[in-house]
Amino acid sequence: MYDIIIIGAGPAGLTAAIYARRASKSVLVLEALSYGGQIINTPDIENYPVAAHISGFEFANKVYEQAQALGAEFVFEKAVEILDSGTEKTVVTTDNSYTCKAVIIATGSENRKLGLPEEEALVGRGVSYCATCDGAFYRNKTVAVVGGGNTALEDALYLADLAETVYLIHRRDAFRGDEATVNALKQRENVKFIYNSTVTKLNADKRLTSIEVTDKNGEVSTIELNGLFVAVGRIPENQNFAKLIKLDEAGYVSAGEDCITNVPGIYAAGDNRTKNVRQLVTAAADGAVAATEAVKYIASL
Amino acid sequence: MNITEVTKETFENEVLKSDKPVIADFNADWCGPCQMLKPTIDQLASERDDVKFVSINIDEQDDLAYEYNVSSIPCLVVFKDGKEVKRSVGLKPKPEIIKLIP
Ligand SMILES: Cc1cc2nc3c(=O)[nH]c(=O)nc-3n(C[C@H](O)[C@H](O)[C@H](O)COP(=O)(O)OP(=O)(O)OC[C@H]3O[C@@H](n4cnc5c(N)ncnc54)[C@H](O)[C@@H]3O)c2cc1C
Repeated sequence: MYDIIIIGAGPAGLTAAIYARRASKSVLVLEALSYGGQIINTPDIENYPVAAHISGFEFANKVYEQAQALGAEFVFEKAVEILDSGTEKTVVTTDNSYTCKAVIIATGSENRKLGLPEEEALVGRGVSYCATCDGAFYRNKTVAVVGGGNTALEDALYLADLAETVYLIHRRDAFRGDEATVNALKQRENVKFIYNSTVTKLNADKRLTSIEVTDKNGEVSTIELNGLFVAVGRIPENQNFAKLIKLDEAGYVSAGEDCITNVPGIYAAGDNRTKNVRQLVTAAADGAVAATEAVKYIASL
Repeated sequence: MNITEVTKETFENEVLKSDKPVIADFNADWCGPCQMLKPTIDQLASERDDVKFVSINIDEQDDLAYEYNVSSIPCLVVFKDGKEVKRSVGLKPKPEIIKLIP
């Protein structure tokens, strides 16, 4: 039996592992994909204290190595359920099950999809969720960005430097994101705004060739393009634990800054928790808080 | 085992005319998920001799990326008898990559 099982090896989970190991607890980290979490997708991090510039890949490797050197164990399996029998918890994965005294859920979030039928088949053939990852394929091509938040605006600005034309499609008539970015976009001649509209169909011939856009009056138009960047937010990965753990309406774990959930001995850390700022530094902070709470809980058993 | 870097010039011989099925790993130096995937590819390349792994740098080989409709990386394209039979886009865990082997 482990003292603490951490689900997810993103920045929150890895930081929790560091804190838990430094408190001499035995730690198992379960990771479905690869350590590092979402941050591996960006080549540039410029807002993490001390590191003026670091790539997501390097960041992930450094935190992983630190947690490993301190003696955290890693198993690459996806957690599918948590069973709670009071002082003992069981985490069930796709292949095994492991017991522990306390669990930290640090499963982060994933890209929200548009939900169109062809969407999944076209990922990597014209549909993308990450402008900084895939923008390079669209030099001098025509692309569209869907969304109205900061990610969508920043993606559009990034792509405006590469692509010939960037359509920015938003379902409302005003953007939720920073005004400064909106203004910067308005200065760009190659950015075209399409308001009050949603993408309703993807047309492809081996790769994406055009999209159908429907406005609020039901008027349909077709846009010929090479790439579609979907930036309609992220959704937390908590569904596997919903039976046991209380979630908010948006699917985030209902836990405050203390990372405490409705179940004693189970904590939530990082992007998967109800909070306002979802960044590396807040994910790391949660990891520290959740591990400290877990250590305190174990001492009280 | 070393993974061969393939170019437009060597693609036909290394990939299309290969006796074994080939998994072509389209990647780039600046792509974090590609770097994360690399150790898994290296491992599989030394564990399996029924399939050949090759690497294609999309910055240097943009013609190949375009020809094979690669627009997001990492992208693994599986070739058998000179034809694409499967592909997988994005970072995937090892069992998913094993499933790609024809
Ligand atoms: C392109 C991009 C650029 C960004 N740039 C910045 C930046 O410059 N600065 C900044 O501060 N923030 C940035 N962020 C945000 C930052 O990456 C996140 O806030 C942070 O990664 C959240 O950490 P986390 O550990 O909570 O979750 P994640 O990073 O999402 O990690 C969660 C981990 O849990 C794993 N997991 C999920 N479900 C399971 C399961 N059931 N079983 C096992 N494992 C599971 C996932 O595979 C993942 O590895 C960026 C995000 C993106 C996408």
